[in-house]
Amino acid sequence: MSRFFSSVDQVTDRLTTAGYLPSLDIATAVFLADRLGKPLLIEGPAGVGKTELAKAVASAVTAELIRLQCYEGIDEARALFEWNHAKQLLRITATSGETWDSTRDHVFTEEFLLARPLLAAIRNPDPTVLLIDELDKADVELEGLLLEVLGDFQVSIPELGTVTAVRKPFVILTSNAHRDLSEALKRRCLYLHIDYPTAELEKAIVRLKVPELDAALAEPVVTTVSALRQLSLRKAPSIAETVDWAKTLVALGTRNLSGGVVRSTLGVLLKYQSDHRVAIERLGLDDQTDDGVPR
Amino acid sequence: MSDTTTRKGVLAPTSDRLVGFVGLLREHGIHAGPSETVDAAAAIVALGADDHRVLRSGLAACLLRRNGQRKVFDQLFDLYFLDGTRPTSSEDDPESLRERLIATLIQGTDTAQLAREALNTFGAYGGAGETAGRVTTASGAGWSSYMTMKSLRPEEISEQIAQTIGGTGQFDAAVHTIEARRRVEQFRSAVQSEARLRSAQLRGTDYIARRGVEPGGDSTDFLGAREQDLAEMRRLVHPLARKLASRLAVRRKKAVRGQIDLRRTLRRSMATGGVPIDPVLRTRRHGRPDLVVLADVSGSVTGFAEFTLQLVQALQDQFSRVRSFGFVDVCAEITHYFTPGEPPPPGFAQNIVRDAGVVRFGSSNYGEALRGFTDHYLDALGPRTCVLILGDARTNRTDPNLAALQTITERAKAVYWLNPEPARSWSTGDSAAEAYTEIVTMHECRNVRQLAEVIGRLLPA
Repeated sequence: MSRFFSSVDQVTDRLTTAGYLPSLDIATAVFLADRLGKPLLIEGPAGVGKTELAKAVASAVTAELIRLQCYEGIDEARALFEWNHAKQLLRITATSGETWDSTRDHVFTEEFLLARPLLAAIRNPDPTVLLIDELDKADVELEGLLLEVLGDFQVSIPELGTVTAVRKPFVILTSNAHRDLSEALKRRCLYLHIDYPTAELEKAIVRLKVPELDAALAEPVVTTVSALRQLSLRKAPSIAETVDWAKTLVALGTRNLSGGVVRSTLGVLLKYQSDHRVAIERLGLDDQTDDGVPR
Repeated sequence: MSDTTTRKGVLAPTSDRLVGFVGLLREHGIHAGPSETVDAAAAIVALGADDHRVLRSGLAACLLRRNGQRKVFDQLFDLYFLDGTRPTSSEDDPESLRERLIATLIQGTDTAQLAREALNTFGAYGGAGETAGRVTTASGAGWSSYMTMKSLRPEEISEQIAQTIGGTGQFDAAVHTIEARRRVEQFRSAVQSEARLRSAQLRGTDYIARRGVEPGGDSTDFLGAREQDLAEMRRLVHPLARKLASRLAVRRKKAVRGQIDLRRTLRRSMATGGVPIDPVLRTRRHGRPDLVVLADVSGSVTGFAEFTLQLVQALQDQFSRVRSFGFVDVCAEITHYFTPGEPPPPGFAQNIVRDAGVVRFGSSNYGEALRGFTDHYLDALGPRTCVLILGDARTNRTDPNLAALQTITERAKAVYWLNPEPARSWSTGDSAAEAYTEIVTMHECRNVRQLAEVIGRLLPA
């Protein structure tokens, strides 16, 4: 298998070029997943860049990104492959005078196979990044299916035989840890937990994503978000929220970060009523009538 | 980074060293199997051993499998793979060190070097600073992070930092106070890991690896939990409750293997020219499982109560039919104290004790509480109800009232008891646990990890 990266530093450089600033943990895990040829399982709170990482890897190595979005009740037909029944019926009715044997041989061929993400990723001869997103949302049965795909990079189709990967895809699985994944699956993967970044890194990310932000504002933005994360909130703001907030401040033309501005834009950062209350109380945002910012 | 340059470099990691390391991880509850070890060996080959930070990240990716293990892993990694620094005698006088620390913390840069110096200046006791050689356990020499922090007066430092970096106005002050405290806490943990490393050098790695490593948040005892532990446990309990809920949901879904839904099957067969290729199964509506929680909220189990109330809250979020009852020596319904979707505020347990009418004399009395429940709330139980009793079963030598518990088990579908005390002390003192065990199954549930296990066993996926 050809490899995408030759060193950890190279991972960092290329991901940075692709617009994703990785921490050392992230760069090392990506490098190892590539080098050892193992899937990479990523966990962490929502909005810290798990899915973004997969996209960034794909764009850094100019590979095709194939995404399988998991949801409750996703099944083999949605994840792996499906026979195109309608087309098969059409084929059967369109040809008259053929024997059953020859018809049957024609009906179960590649032409009538609908490749779903897993099969598509395995059959793709070009460099591929396969993203299996929010695996914890899917039922346990899907994990069993993934064991064959991720362990041996092959898919068994009863009517056709086994399809083996032409070229192993780079696999990234993400999970919000709402459900514990099975040990068997975890054993086949490398594990990476992405947490909220350090202040340094977050500042760099904000600068990269929102270059229009007033240079003097990046520091207080990151500090405020970091302070919010220290509070006991139901959903602490993630990088995604920090970036959104920075964009909001740019749109509002904010020059300095006062309590009033924070209060009026708090909805970008915090998504629960109770969290707003905690933040307003703990950050002293309740008497901001003097600075003339409309509520 | 100063951290990498001052370290003496990484020792050559042999396979023996790796296997020893994995063994040590297992002793601390990180169950890495042989295949993980093989991966880790491959990772060492791929990464090289030049940069210990890269090596640490790489080994973590291979050997860890869940969140919350990293803290323990990092400490053990330091012990096993780093050639610790030789303590160099520091020329600093205490006040100038303190000022340099404040300056560094204000900049928010790396404090590892300062942590080392601070420990040199304040942390040595019993002659640990002078002797370079190894001392025995009995000699009483060592390094103390506690003494170091005490001499530096962290509260004053964080105040000073907050004042310096803080701007004007209430908002800036609040944000910077939180930030200053965080930075000081970070420094404190740097001092603590440095002290552990030094002590390991003095006494041998094995000694300190077994005694000196802080447990992860999931194995902190409920009963001995301190304020900062509670915050950590709160973070851990939420996903656990989600897990419990999803387990229950899976069970309900599994039961859906029913009859064919003829109408929808025919509708779908339109696509295939009237041939019903995909039969559609009728989805059966299931009653939501009923849950009744009986929680001891007395002072002796405050840590546990805080924690179980979080769990109750999460359960009430997931299911509409949860009724919760609290008791000390009187039993009262506390369901309506929980607001859906809002985590219980800190000190919630005390509020309930004060307001809900669960106390008459003030010491727990399980017999009275059970009687109160069977007298007033027996209609909460039905053939589909699961009862969860949370408490230590210490009934202050009053009558345990087994008959009432018997009545409850007869009315409900199932009764589970979670006890925050270690199972070995169930038969000691005023504990009525032994007697209750005759009627219901009691599970030892001392920390988040055990709670997770209990949930796993009660509700097989």
